[in-house]
Amino acid sequence: MEIFANGAWLPLIFAFLMGLSMLIYSVLDGYDLGVGVLMRRATDEEKDRMIGSIGPFWDANETWLVLGVGILLIAFPLAHGVILTNLYLPVAFMLIGLVLRGVAFDFRAKAKISHKAVWNRVFFGGSLVTGFAQGYMLGGYILGFKEGWLAIGFAVLVGFCVIAGYCLIGAGWLIMKTDGELQRKAVKWAKLSLRGTVIAIALISLATPLVSPRIFEKWFTMPSILFLLPIPVLTAGLVVMIEVMLRRLPMVGDRFCWVPFALTVGVFVLCFGGLAFSFYPYIVPDQLKIVDAASAPESLVIILVGALVVLPVLIGYTFLAYKIFHGKAKDLSYD
Amino acid sequence: MDLDPTLLARIQFAANITFHILFPAITIALGWFLLFFKLRFKATKDAKWMDVYFFWTKIFALCFAIGVVTGITMSFQFGTNWPGFMTSVGNIAGPLLGYEVLTAFFLEATFLGIMLFGFKRVPSWLHSLATLLVALGTTLSAFWIIALNSWMQTPVGFEMRDGVAFATSWFDIIFNPSFPYRLTHMLLASGLTASFLIAGISAYRWLRQDRSPAVMAAIKCGIYSAAVLIPIQIFVGDLHGLNSLKHQPQKIAAMEALFETQRGAPLVLFALPNEETKTNDYAIQLPKMASLFLTHDRDGEVKGLNEFPGNHPPVKPVFWAFRIMVGTGILMLIFSWSAAWCLARRNSLPRFLAIGLIPMAFSGWLATESGWYVTEIGRQPWLVNGVLKTVDAVAKVPSAMIGISLTLYLILYAVLLVAFITTLFYMARRAGEKGKDDSSPSAGQAIVEIIAE
Ligand code: HDD
Ligand code: HEM
Ligand code: HEM
Repeated sequence: MEIFANGAWLPLIFAFLMGLSMLIYSVLDGYDLGVGVLMRRATDEEKDRMIGSIGPFWDANETWLVLGVGILLIAFPLAHGVILTNLYLPVAFMLIGLVLRGVAFDFRAKAKISHKAVWNRVFFGGSLVTGFAQGYMLGGYILGFKEGWLAIGFAVLVGFCVIAGYCLIGAGWLIMKTDGELQRKAVKWAKLSLRGTVIAIALISLATPLVSPRIFEKWFTMPSILFLLPIPVLTAGLVVMIEVMLRRLPMVGDRFCWVPFALTVGVFVLCFGGLAFSFYPYIVPDQLKIVDAASAPESLVIILVGALVVLPVLIGYTFLAYKIFHGKAKDLSYD
Repeated sequence: MDLDPTLLARIQFAANITFHILFPAITIALGWFLLFFKLRFKATKDAKWMDVYFFWTKIFALCFAIGVVTGITMSFQFGTNWPGFMTSVGNIAGPLLGYEVLTAFFLEATFLGIMLFGFKRVPSWLHSLATLLVALGTTLSAFWIIALNSWMQTPVGFEMRDGVAFATSWFDIIFNPSFPYRLTHMLLASGLTASFLIAGISAYRWLRQDRSPAVMAAIKCGIYSAAVLIPIQIFVGDLHGLNSLKHQPQKIAAMEALFETQRGAPLVLFALPNEETKTNDYAIQLPKMASLFLTHDRDGEVKGLNEFPGNHPPVKPVFWAFRIMVGTGILMLIFSWSAAWCLARRNSLPRFLAIGLIPMAFSGWLATESGWYVTEIGRQPWLVNGVLKTVDAVAKVPSAMIGISLTLYLILYAVLLVAFITTLFYMARRAGEKGKDDSSPSAGQAIVEIIAE
């Protein structure tokens, strides 16, 4: 095949790795951003526990964003420039949101007690802005950075959708990591955000082919529609299962408390897969193909070798961290 | 209003990195200090070391958090403001940044969780190991980013094809001529920043009658390590300057405000360099000393700015930043040696020295920032020395947008800086008031209370 000649497979591998780190990022930072947004609805004591549940993880979670953008920067410098200059302002807002929530996480616990409420609000606000900006960026990206009110409206819509999705996975995380009253609340939050997420997925799935003829053609022509049918069908199945589970939780002995989280991860993976399929082979929709945007193969090989050595180790110690902090958040302690 | 987008992008980049580096400057070395405290505790079983450990761990966590989130901002900056940088030297910058993420960022970020929250959950050796890996991670990330920055100063090991750089030797790229000096100088700078921070904050606690053994132990650690590091730093700084003279003579000429090439060049202590008239107004100078320092010969020839018409950095900022750095270094020497002498002789600090140590807590910041300004402004008008000009790398983002983001960043950073410094002193007061039981290892509290102290 022609793509295997002269190193052209490398860009595809890197596109895959980049997609993978973005997916991992959206799941991992998704749950902690979601917890941040949900904090608005919790009592002071619950806030502490919610923060405790994400304490040991949030930093490493955000590192996946650095990796994803890093790969974009390293492997596809052309696309990196186009994407980030087009999304200039939403990126700036996302970064400011990330800074605010990251510092509020630490300051809220160290500053004067009387300032704690302010930092709590900053944490909430930062999480909200970050999630919204990410959705807005996704919306702009889907449309290939078209301009005009329709495009902005679509991006805003995706912004809200992403917040709903983050709340869902955040609530799933809390169901898994907490118990008692907070867990019951989390179930309620999960039900609400599930509604939002379903509406969101439906809207995006309808709007995307409508605004992009290329994507329309991809999804609704004969052989591919058969391959693709499982994506919406499976997603619908997962959503139903989440709903059923949420109605039964919490159960005696806290059985199955991890199920909503796991199922939500499934939903994220499917949505991501659908999107990725829609864009392939473009890295900037309708403008720039993956293969044309890549850097020199020599440089890519160097990074690939490093990545293949480091990634298993990295995944290993990530598991170690999750194993150490396994269990309900309330027993977590600094010492 | 019509502001130049290049100028705005430069200001924004400079503002972001200036704020970012404040925190790595602390965390890189503070990580090793924490490991030292932990190991002292294991060796002596003296609870004061655990007190010191827990107090500084909280400050480390705070600095680390700010370092991480501002670092994420940095990694987006290349695309949002300098797309030309990656398109032309991306083949070289990319792998260096990539290895930084893969080898350093994940390591420090993952083990930070275990280090901060795992004290009771993991065996003690694993906790010490996590502390070691966090310290190692921050140092490694300094290694990679300094490799990239040094390569931008003294680029080697590549060839240009159609305006794009391609690597020819990775070894040469990483261990480029200025890298060993820059890395050593930066790691020592971090060591000094952390030492003076520890000494200064502990001196503040001591002045507030907080006489727990932990406070004195921390003062001693800070002072003694500063006293050891500063002469090494001055020595390395001199070597660094000689190296720059070889590779970037125009930078040295700007540092010394030397307008004309001359033998027996004087060392300008104070002056108002005037680029228009090419003279130093109100100069106070030591004859022949610059030649002596730079060529180790009183009559050696030093190249002046006249050799590099239109191709040298602005003189004033480089000249002044250099003097601030060296001046701070000399202050550090005076303070650390006299404090060390008092501690060794009388086992206590005279009051005026302790008071002086409080503002000195931030001397590392001042010297580090001015050092970086010398380095970075001294490289202008080049972004990659001799390869890529700064103006050619800038993004075509409208000024108005950069204006918005820049304003937001500046407000954010100002607020955060105030919050950081007030919280630092507040934590120092709290630690004194509550006595030592609150931060001792046996205080089983919920996670958040503990981060809360
Ligand atoms: C000499 C040290 C040094 C310098 C010059 C820089 N950094 Fe930095 N950076 C660090 C030393 C460091 C560190 C010590 O490793 C940090 C600070 C606190 C921390 O958590 O890691 C860090 C954090 C940090 C992070 C977050 C890492 C994470 O998620 O854990 C990113 C993405 C960057 N940096 C990126 C940059 C970029 C793009 C820079 C330059 C243009 C830069 N840094 C300059
Ligand atoms: C860590 C401390 C650092 C500080 C305080 C610092 C400071 C600065 C300053 C003040 C400028 C503006 C110079 C001018 O425009 O006159 C600048 C420019 C720049 N530096 Fe650094 N820098 C640091 C590290 C780095 C590193 C590690 C890199 C790259 C790996 C880097 C890459 C750049 C780039 C791309 C520019 C843009 C060109 C420009 O604005 O002129 N810097 N830096
Ligand atoms: C007192 C004697 C000192 C001398 C002679 C000295 C010398 C130098 C020189 C020549 C440079 C510019 C290198 C270039 O060409 O790019 C530099 C940069 C720098 N200096 Fe110093 N320095 C001294 C003290 C200090 C101190 C006390 C600190 C901090 C605690 C410090 C921190 C830095 C930093 C962070 C840089 C920029 C990074 C680098 O290029 O390594 N310096 N120094």
